[in-house]
Amino acid sequence: MSILGTRVLRTEDPKFLTTGGVYTEDVADDRLEGACHVFFVRSPLAHARISSIDVSAARQAPGVIGVYTGADLADLAPIPPSAAGLINTEMQQRLLAVDKARFVGEAVAAVVTEHPYQGEDATELVTVDYDPLPAVLGFDPADDSLLFEAAGTNVAGYWGDPSKLDAQLFDGCEVVVKQTIVNQRVAPAPMETRAAAAVWGDDGRLTTWIPNQGAQGTKADMAKLLGIDESLVRVITPDVGGAFGAKFGADPEHAVVAWIARRLGRPARWTETRYENLIAMTHGRAQQHTVTIGGSRDGNVQAYRLEIVQDAGAYPKIGAVLPMLTILMTSGPYDIPKAEAVAKVVVTNTTPIGAYRGAGRPEATAALERAIDLFAAEIGADPADVRRKNLLAPFTEPHRTAFGALYDSGDYVAALDKALTTAGYADLRSQQAQRRASGDVRQLGIGVASYVEITGMGDGEGTPPEENATVEVHPDGTATILTGTSPHGQGHATAWAMIASEELGIPVEKFTLKWGDTDLIPEGGGTGGSRSLQQGGAAVQQAARELLDVARLRAAAELEANAADLVFDKGRSAFNVAGDPDASVPLTQLAENERLLIRTVFSQPGATFPFGTHVAVVEVDTETGKTTLLRVITVDDAGTVLNPLLAEGQRHGGIGQGAAQAFLEEVVYDDAGNPLTASLADYPFVSATEVPSFELASMATPTSYNPLGAKGIGEAGSIGSTPAVQNAVVDAVAHLGVRHIDLPVTSRRVWQALQAVQPGSEQ
Amino acid sequence: MIPAQFDYVAAESASHALGLLAEHGDEAKLLAGGHSLLPMMKLRLAQPKVLIDIGGLAELAGISVDGDDLVVGATTRHADLAASDLVRHEVPLLAHAASQVGDPQIRHRGTIGGSLSHADPAADLPMALVALGGSVELQGPDGSRSIGADDFFTGFFETAMRPDELLTAVRVPRQPGVPWGYQKFVRRANDWAIVGVAAVDGRIALANMGPTPLRATAAEKALAGGASPAQAAQHAADGTSPGEDIHADREYRRHLAKVLTRRALEHQAG
Repeated sequence: MSILGTRVLRTEDPKFLTTGGVYTEDVADDRLEGACHVFFVRSPLAHARISSIDVSAARQAPGVIGVYTGADLADLAPIPPSAAGLINTEMQQRLLAVDKARFVGEAVAAVVTEHPYQGEDATELVTVDYDPLPAVLGFDPADDSLLFEAAGTNVAGYWGDPSKLDAQLFDGCEVVVKQTIVNQRVAPAPMETRAAAAVWGDDGRLTTWIPNQGAQGTKADMAKLLGIDESLVRVITPDVGGAFGAKFGADPEHAVVAWIARRLGRPARWTETRYENLIAMTHGRAQQHTVTIGGSRDGNVQAYRLEIVQDAGAYPKIGAVLPMLTILMTSGPYDIPKAEAVAKVVVTNTTPIGAYRGAGRPEATAALERAIDLFAAEIGADPADVRRKNLLAPFTEPHRTAFGALYDSGDYVAALDKALTTAGYADLRSQQAQRRASGDVRQLGIGVASYVEITGMGDGEGTPPEENATVEVHPDGTATILTGTSPHGQGHATAWAMIASEELGIPVEKFTLKWGDTDLIPEGGGTGGSRSLQQGGAAVQQAARELLDVARLRAAAELEANAADLVFDKGRSAFNVAGDPDASVPLTQLAENERLLIRTVFSQPGATFPFGTHVAVVEVDTETGKTTLLRVITVDDAGTVLNPLLAEGQRHGGIGQGAAQAFLEEVVYDDAGNPLTASLADYPFVSATEVPSFELASMATPTSYNPLGAKGIGEAGSIGSTPAVQNAVVDAVAHLGVRHIDLPVTSRRVWQALQAVQPGSEQ
Repeated sequence: MIPAQFDYVAAESASHALGLLAEHGDEAKLLAGGHSLLPMMKLRLAQPKVLIDIGGLAELAGISVDGDDLVVGATTRHADLAASDLVRHEVPLLAHAASQVGDPQIRHRGTIGGSLSHADPAADLPMALVALGGSVELQGPDGSRSIGADDFFTGFFETAMRPDELLTAVRVPRQPGVPWGYQKFVRRANDWAIVGVAAVDGRIALANMGPTPLRATAAEKALAGGASPAQAAQHAADGTSPGEDIHADREYRRHLAKVLTRRALEHQAG
């Protein structure tokens, strides 16, 4: 029986559940002996001119080895914005702020001490003379206070041309609905905060341990930030305690730690505090959408427009690029005859925006799924029916959208119907009708969201997405896999071993997976964008098959037989002559005289497009506005499933995170740009008590783009659940006249929406 | 997230702790469960020079009956309070309130004396003490004294306790079988109350509706005058001026106080 498709328990878990992982802060490497500790002085003001920094008192504090400011780092070039062709190139960031601080939490100076405890004490002695400037906030910042004077504007750039929007787009539509929607700023809040350890060797090379999502990308970023050749950088990835998109590449702090290690000629370490993590690690989302949707009274959607404003935060990083992905997925799973989208990117005095689970695609789905519900409400139709009517018909040959996305395969109506059936949709609607009729204080809401998303994209420049893998069989019966992906919770060690085991007949527990050391694995795309299994896993399969090709030739020589006459017996992990099981040689023996290993690169024709439908059922207390999430039912079709246990884990995490965005989480700033959610007491990341057990229905439409038939599953949960829960909450109070409530649909927002339609109707 | 430097002394007895308090004055803080104090120290909002640990003092722990009162030692953990059959029988509201504090880890560390001295207006036990009409016993250099709940909480995170005093015990009237209600409105189960209401025996206490836990006196009066729970609850927010934060503005808090008071008076514990 094939091991593929079975619920193999995670081989990683015994370690994590007993002795625990070895995270960057835990790394006890001889090279880090005697490391100094870095602590950052961070701006307490959102927007201020820095007139002077006095570090003399801090230099005298116990244990202080050095204190550095932006002036000391003058040899390091500023960081240009992402998508420099489209984004204003004046919007550059210094590794430590020089002249100006642009968000609360921006690093202004670095204090280096013998002991980590001394750093926080000494940091308090650094005196920075700030000259406060008006904070620039919101989706429509005026230009009377500029983050970057040289830019002359707070608009960083555009995706698409707003002046070319089609004035006739909605001509002929019987119904047109328009709504401005906020897709709020959220914090990745991984369990493990950011960290680094750095040491320079006598050969002038940097070795740095950084929690990341792809050591090779982090290496490239570090080389760029430090202005050195990539060959001089070795990045090692210890265990990583969650990333959610925010640990791609390298941040200014990582480079400053390496710079300090070089300057002092001794290893340096840094681990940020939870407070720093919530204000200085990139945030996610932060888009405003103005959706306009038009169609016929009988439910055909004929035109859709999405106007995006992306708040990129203080510096245009990945956040400035997210609208490209949002635009790409504008029309989602629907067949909309006319659709268009544009985006404006603005800078504000807030934490920069980066990738966050789904990164641009959840935003597209949230906007569209809200628009579909608004349209359905306007014409008085069931939102599920409107979806069914407008979803693309099933297709097996790739389908090109108006926005250039090439959907590989899909059956969106089947996913919708399966989700509705599993939920017992008709019954739910009748329960809802009963509660509405009886005027129950606790009203039932049912939310539906259909989605298609893009996973495993290439570099966006025409190169097909690819990943490498190396498989080696050792004489002692063990085997090693090297991968260019970078697991941080997903279970690659289990999954990659399953794939190779299936080919080589070596038990899963005999495999060791290695990743995240750029000297060992110089190339790789890391883990993000739900790419790993479809490309990294497929590469492992390809490597194992190619290894068998090599082994077959060696076996033929060993057995003095024709290679073509040999068969591979998986049960014994050995080749034997067809019809003569005794004339056999195991792989282990073939590895004895010469290493038996293969490195290969798997290349995929393009990105894949998983799809599905989420149904959320909520109870809304109409007196208090409080939402209780009763059920979440999902169909997430990510192609062939390798290990249902791992796939369900990805779905659970994603659904929980997406639901949290719907009704709990939001990064909040006050009018002066002070973060009000800078601790986990204030930032309400979701816990087990706020979500029900999820009901996961199975559906698997294989992709032809890789032999595993696999699409990505890492982000789907967060893409479907946010609009499903939001739609459910609005649905619960729709009969009272509420049409829309912004994210997150907190108790207060629900109550305010109810007050607006029934003023003074409390109790 | 690293506290400023401090010294640590494990008190050997209550009188030893009092002696240390007298010696160090304002620079000292008592440490019991540490679940309010230590986070404040890590954020450097509190920077005591000396921590006097009373968490291990057996003489300050324990639950007993004394005449018409239930007496709870100051270092009694929330988890022990919540699980105590005696408390659940004699003062069920108190056991319930203790079961609502934070999460299991917090309840196994945090103490009733610590929670009351910390005097967070959004916390469970201060509100419960006010609803129950209980009192605290304080020991100082000049002997001991008792203060009723209504007089104990004097301001935002402030109490009538003097810096050289030690809260030794909590006293609440026994009321087995008396109906009670407890409403805590939160975002997540382990959060502080956005608004809380505890009601028992004609007394109504509100959490997070002002700088201290408050009595809803107008609602109590209406109730005493024969008003229905719904009618009385309409007065729950009378005279209050709750603060505003990211969770709720003043208007929403006042609204919640009324809804939750009605539910508490209907003996709902949700």
